[in-house]
Amino acid sequence: MNAQRTMTFAEAATDALAAAMAADPRIVVLGEDVGRGGVFNQYAGLQQRFGAERVIDTPISEATIVGAGLGMALAGLKPVVELRVVDFALCAIDEVVNQAAKNRFMFGGQKPVPMILRMPIGIWDAAAAQHSQSFEAWFAHVPGLVVVCPSTPHDVHGLLCSALASDDPVVFMEHKTSWGERGEVDPAQTVPLGASAVRRAGRQLTMVSWSRQTRVCAQACDQLATAGIDSELIDLRTIWPWDREAVLASLWCTRALLVVHEAVQVAGFGAEVVATAAQAVPGCRVARLGAPRIPVGYSPPLEAQARVDADAVVGAALELLR
Amino acid sequence: MATTTNDLDTLAALYRTMARIRAFEDAAERASQGGVTAFGQNASGGAAVRGPLHLSTGQEAVAAGVCAHLGRDDLMTSTHRGHGHTLAKGADLSRTMAELFGRATGFNGGRGGSMHIADFSVGMLGANGVVAAGLPIAVGAAHALKLRAAPQVVACFFGDGAINRGPFLEALNWARVFALPLLFVCEDNRWSAMTPSTPLIAGDGAAARALSLGIDALDVDGNDVLAVHAAAGRLLQAVRGGGGPRLLHALTYRLKGHVSVDPARYRDAAELDAALRDDPLVRARAAWRIAGGAAADLEAIDRAAHAEVEQAVAAAAAAPWPGADAAYDQVQNTGAGMWR
Repeated sequence: MNAQRTMTFAEAATDALAAAMAADPRIVVLGEDVGRGGVFNQYAGLQQRFGAERVIDTPISEATIVGAGLGMALAGLKPVVELRVVDFALCAIDEVVNQAAKNRFMFGGQKPVPMILRMPIGIWDAAAAQHSQSFEAWFAHVPGLVVVCPSTPHDVHGLLCSALASDDPVVFMEHKTSWGERGEVDPAQTVPLGASAVRRAGRQLTMVSWSRQTRVCAQACDQLATAGIDSELIDLRTIWPWDREAVLASLWCTRALLVVHEAVQVAGFGAEVVATAAQAVPGCRVARLGAPRIPVGYSPPLEAQARVDADAVVGAALELLR
Repeated sequence: MATTTNDLDTLAALYRTMARIRAFEDAAERASQGGVTAFGQNASGGAAVRGPLHLSTGQEAVAAGVCAHLGRDDLMTSTHRGHGHTLAKGADLSRTMAELFGRATGFNGGRGGSMHIADFSVGMLGANGVVAAGLPIAVGAAHALKLRAAPQVVACFFGDGAINRGPFLEALNWARVFALPLLFVCEDNRWSAMTPSTPLIAGDGAAARALSLGIDALDVDGNDVLAVHAAAGRLLQAVRGGGGPRLLHALTYRLKGHVSVDPARYRDAAELDAALRDDPLVRARAAWRIAGGAAADLEAIDRAAHAEVEQAVAAAAAAPWPGADAAYDQVQNTGAGMWR
C-alpha cells in the first residue's frame, strides 16, 4: 500500500506537528497568531484541536517568546516556538544565542533544551529589506544549535518529526515562499537530522544547495544538461550538522563543487562547505554563489539583483568548469 | 519593623542563611584577587577563582528573606550576582565553591563558573551573565507550571539595572496576561554596574512599573531581613493562591564593587559609610539583641558558617580539574563530534 499523500508544504508541516502533539502532551506551541493558523497557515486548526493552553497566542514579545520557550523546556515541556520570520528572530538573539544554545553546556548538562525555533527565511516577494533575509549561517556559527532548512513538503514533515524527537534546540527554517508548494509526503518516513538528499545524480559537477534555492539549482542543472554537463544536485536539508560525507563522496567523483544559496555570499554557509571540501579533496575545483552583499530592495528590478537565479547558477558552473 | 521574641527562631534561620552567604562570598573574594584583567589589574594566573566575580555582599537579606518561603520544588532564576540566591535556595555550598574554582566537582563540572551557577536539583534554574535575561526564562517556567497545574511557583531575581531592559516589560506583561505563578524580585542595589541607577530610571521605578501593568507590588527595606521575609511571604501567599504574579522591590546596597577586583572608588565615602552601618547582618544582630536573643547564638552560627566555607575552599582546592573531554560534552546531541 502506498502511504504517500499529496500535501502542500504548510499542510505537511501542520500534519507532522499535529501528530506529534497528539502523541506527546509535553509539546506546546507559542508565538504570535498561532491560534489563527500563523501567517503561513502552518498551524491551521491546531488551536481548535489542542486548545488555547497548548497553542498559545502570545504578545509581540520576541525575546520573551524564545526566553519563555526555554523556561518551558527547563520545566518539562517541549515548546515549538514560532517567530514568524527570521528577521524578527533578531529581536530575540540573546535568548537564542546566549540562553537556549548555551544553557545545557554552561549548566553542565543538568538539563537538555528540547525546543524548536521556527524562523522562516528567504526573499518574500516584495517584502523588502527587513522581511527577506536568510540567516542560516548565523545560527550554524553557534555551538549548541541544530539548523534545518527543508525544501520539500516531505522533508518539512520528516525533519519536523526528527526535530520534535530531538533533545537539542533546533533552529527550523522553512522558506517564506515554499508554503504553498505541493509534493508527495510519506508521513511514516522521517528524515534524519544531518542527512542530505541527492536530487539528481551526475558525474561532472557536484552542486550543493538547500531550501528554496534547491529548486533554482534543479532548473540550472537542466540547462547544464542541455549544454552536455552532467550535474549532481545535493540538497543539504540540514545546515548544521551538514552531511559532509555525502558532499565529499560526490566530490571525489566529480572533482568540481559549486555551492549555491539564497543568503548573501560573503561569510555565507557556502564558504564553509567550499573550504572544507578544498581541504579534504586535493586538486578539486570549488566555488560558491550567493546573493550580493546588498539589502533586498522593494522594487522588482532591485529585488531581482538580490536573487540568485538559474542563469547565474549556470554561469557560475560554466566558469568553474572552464 | 518591630521585632518580637516570636521572631527569634525565624531570625536565627534567616541569619544563618545570610551568614553562610557572607562567609562564602568573602572567601570567594579573597580567592579571586588577581583573577581577572580589569580595573587596572592584570590577571596573575595564580588566582583560584578566575574571571569576573560579582559579589552580593550587603544584599544577603533579599536572598534569605525570599528563599525562606520557597520549597525545593519551587523554581528560581537568578542573575550574574547570584551566589546568595543559589545558597539560599538550598544548593550545596561546597559544590558551589568548587564551580567557582572551575573544578570537576562543581555543579557544572567547571563549565559555567560564578556567572552560570545552577542547581536544577533544588529548582535553581541558573544564574545569568546577561542582565534581565532571567525574566523571560522565569516566565516560561511559570507558564509551564501553570499548564501542568503544578502547585509550585517561580521566584525571579533581577537587579535595578534590569528594569531598563526590554525583557523586563515583556516578561511582566506576559506574566500578568497569563496570570502566572511568579514572584518578581527586584533586588535594587542602586548600581548599574559602575553607574548609579537612580538618575537612569525614569518614573518611580520597579514597583511603579509593575503597578502600571496591574501587578501588585511592594517596596521593602531590603536590608531588614524580617521585613523582606514578611513582604515576600505576603506576596508569595497571593501567588500560590492563584492570584497571578507579584513584584517585590527590595531596596538594598551593593557593598563591594561591580566585580571583586573593582575597588569602587567612584562611590561617595559618606554613602559607603552609611551603607556599612546599614549592613543587613549588622542590623539582624541588633534586632536579635533587642528581641532578647543571646549574642553567643549568632556567634556560633558565624563560626559554623566560616568552618563550612573553610572546608569548602579546601575541598575545592583539592578537587580535580575537568578533563579536556568535558569541553566537548553536553554541547548538543545532534552533530556531537563534528566540532569543525
